[in-house]
Amino acid sequence: MSLQFIADGLLIGSMVGLGAIGVTLTYSILGFANFVHGEFIAWGAYACLVIAGLIGLGFGIQVQPLGPFSIGWVILVAAVFAMTFTGLLALALDFLLFSRLRRHGNAIVMVMASFGASMALRSLLEFLFTSEPAYFSREIQIAIPIGLGVRVTPDQMLMLVLTAVLVLGMHLLITRTTLGRAMRAVSENPSLAAVGGIDVAAVIRRTWLIGGALACAAGIVAGITVQIRPFMGFDLLLPMFAAAILGGIGSVPGAVLGGLIVGLAESCAVQFVGAEYRAAVAFLLLIAVLLLRPTGLFGRAAG
Amino acid sequence: MLDVLGYLAFFLTTALSYALMCLGLNLQWGQTGLFNVGIAGFAAIGAYASAMLTTPPGGNHFGGFDLPILIGWIGAMLASGLAAAIIGAITLRLRADYLAITTFGIAIVIQLFALNAQSFTGGAFGIGFIPRPFANLAEHALAFELANLALVGGVTLLVFLALERLVRSPWGRVLRAIREDETAALSLGKNAKRFRLQAFVLGSAIMGLAGAIQGHFIGFIAPENYLSAITFQVWAMLIIGGSGNNRGALVGAILVWGLWSLSGAAMTTIFPPEQQVRAAALQIVAIGVLMATILLLRPRGILGEQMTVSRHLEGGTGDG
Amino acid sequence: MKGRVVLSAEAIVAGYEPDLPILNGAGFTLHEREIVALLGPNGAGKSTLIKAVAGLVPVTSGRVRLEERDITNLPAHLLIRLGLGFVPQTENVFAAMSIADNLLLAAAILPKTRRAERVAAMYAMFPDLAAKTSLAAGRLSGGQRQMLAIARTLLVEPKVLMLDEPSAGLSPKIVGGVFETLQRVRETGVAILLVEQSVRTALALADRAYVLAEGRNRHEGPAPLLRDDPLIAHLYFGGDPVAAP
Repeated sequence: MSLQFIADGLLIGSMVGLGAIGVTLTYSILGFANFVHGEFIAWGAYACLVIAGLIGLGFGIQVQPLGPFSIGWVILVAAVFAMTFTGLLALALDFLLFSRLRRHGNAIVMVMASFGASMALRSLLEFLFTSEPAYFSREIQIAIPIGLGVRVTPDQMLMLVLTAVLVLGMHLLITRTTLGRAMRAVSENPSLAAVGGIDVAAVIRRTWLIGGALACAAGIVAGITVQIRPFMGFDLLLPMFAAAILGGIGSVPGAVLGGLIVGLAESCAVQFVGAEYRAAVAFLLLIAVLLLRPTGLFGRAAG
Repeated sequence: MLDVLGYLAFFLTTALSYALMCLGLNLQWGQTGLFNVGIAGFAAIGAYASAMLTTPPGGNHFGGFDLPILIGWIGAMLASGLAAAIIGAITLRLRADYLAITTFGIAIVIQLFALNAQSFTGGAFGIGFIPRPFANLAEHALAFELANLALVGGVTLLVFLALERLVRSPWGRVLRAIREDETAALSLGKNAKRFRLQAFVLGSAIMGLAGAIQGHFIGFIAPENYLSAITFQVWAMLIIGGSGNNRGALVGAILVWGLWSLSGAAMTTIFPPEQQVRAAALQIVAIGVLMATILLLRPRGILGEQMTVSRHLEGGTGDG
Repeated sequence: MKGRVVLSAEAIVAGYEPDLPILNGAGFTLHEREIVALLGPNGAGKSTLIKAVAGLVPVTSGRVRLEERDITNLPAHLLIRLGLGFVPQTENVFAAMSIADNLLLAAAILPKTRRAERVAAMYAMFPDLAAKTSLAAGRLSGGQRQMLAIARTLLVEPKVLMLDEPSAGLSPKIVGGVFETLQRVRETGVAILLVEQSVRTALALADRAYVLAEGRNRHEGPAPLLRDDPLIAHLYFGGDPVAAP
């Protein structure tokens, strides 16, 4: 029996985990399940593709892959811009829609609005790019055996490393910086935070920026290792929600661990049961967590 | 002229089938505060159940019992209701937003099942040869359209009237009390759970019926009909028309379906045939933007929330 | 004897809903180095008044002034930077965060060069907190939590310290410790305003007190005089409220 599914699971898990960080942050700080997060993933991937294309056009160069990877420096530069763009997209959506609903509505209206907005954003992508899959690179990568029957492509290894770096960076941000403390404070008690001098609205804005940027990163990882298509974010929604809830809403390590668990569970299912019901795995995990331990692994108890 | 009438009848029939789903959703959300993001799933269950019961034998799927359409529709309601009972028993205790995520997941799993359980559901090819009501009128297009319109309109009217009565009854008042205050509902204890489950099951049964009606109207169903686009459309209809309000459900359904059809026609004229699939995506964008606008500017929708009290007070003929 | 006015509230009408005011024209003045108590029966509005000053309850009409500056309805997070600190009654520390993180977060509004020294100063003032800085604040005892809440606010050296029922839920001995701390704080030049449910406790600490009832001022005076005033008993234990002389 090959352990390939572990490598596959880690890769899926890292995508889910990156996205789940943003979900758990907006969920804990703003108090609602944000269905649009999937679209930040998709928009991020497409943004990177478009920006990379524009850079290539602008400099009149062909995208030259770096070393054994299928991507070149153009993609990396584009990624930085795309993450900024997606962060701003998230901020714009909050400004136009969510912040206004926050003032009058309750959390449920926000979830409903986010569901509607997610459909609109996804359909806009379908309109702009059609539903045909797109790719960062047409290069076929050779999977390299790394022992125990596991083969990974250089791209996959790079993505795992980059994800680990991002996750570590997020962890340090949340635990060691003022912004991180402020975010934790606002998620626990916004009025106490305000009284202590924290500009809650500014913290919220930064949460959107970070969440959007991370979702973009998840989209780029998915785009590089799999493909880019309008439904790519939607397909990750259920796994991301499951991961965030499993890890405990508000916990960044929880979201990452939850993502890895979801990813591994999915790849196990593919290995032993078949690929068709992959999406059902996340759902089963979600139900199990909600019924057995709704606060998740690292979450705070309610109330 | 007759063509226009025929098209109008066709349009209204489809709009009313969505209105039916909307009525079911209103019972769950507007009256009881249950946030069901899995409408497509319950519609699918109803459609498939009815199809399996009424199609002739020999299809590539389970069923084919060639039963009368009415039996199919009753079966659809039972199947969706049963599924809702099982799902509700497990998940209704969850907070509203967790219920949303869960029902969202359920619809995905149901669609996945419809797609992959080939011997049971016919897989990606779906189920065809679903008997259409008034099939004997098929050659007389206008008569056929009008007969179907009368049938669907009649069913919708029946359900509407029944729900209106329910809303004004003591049962309806308890539901609204539960919706207003989740914590108070908790203090009601077991009884609150039962009421919510009843509303959830009844609403889902209505959605199943609507799914079956749609299936019989077209004559053919496939898993790709039951993606989240349906859920989105029905929610948009209820929000725009006015949640908490059965009349709002009807108005919203007809209005949104009207906008959908109009924008579809516009797309056909603006975009060349090869681009039609892309253009269809813009329709969803339009509906989504409209829904967001309503939520921002007039959250109670067009008809707003009715403050229904007891039908006794309104001078109705309630029993003592 | 009285220094200048550092904080004043005048004719405050306020409430959570604009058409349902809880305060109907209450107010107070607070002088430098003074300790003033806001007293009154349940529902009198004393908590609401202090929260309105802290920017947590919208003020429909009236003025709040910090020294010369009008701070009515300013966003809450600006007030601590202007020197007005507030310790809420419940949930006044971040229970999920460590003691260190609670203090570091409070220090964040100070310039970087001062943060470490101020945090150290709080550890020196409250040695109990220094013992286990990585402990989650939620695991502290009631008294220690109150100390942390006060430390978070003192850390930034406010001119005025407001506390909402600092003795609530604490044993008399702990309350003694808290009040002793507040005396020390006053000696450093900070003016203190506190809301208190327990009249006797409050009057033991305060120089002056206001008595509120039904959203309005009913009475005020120096603590020693109020201690023996039968009006207080009326207001707290029933009977018709007597108009202030």
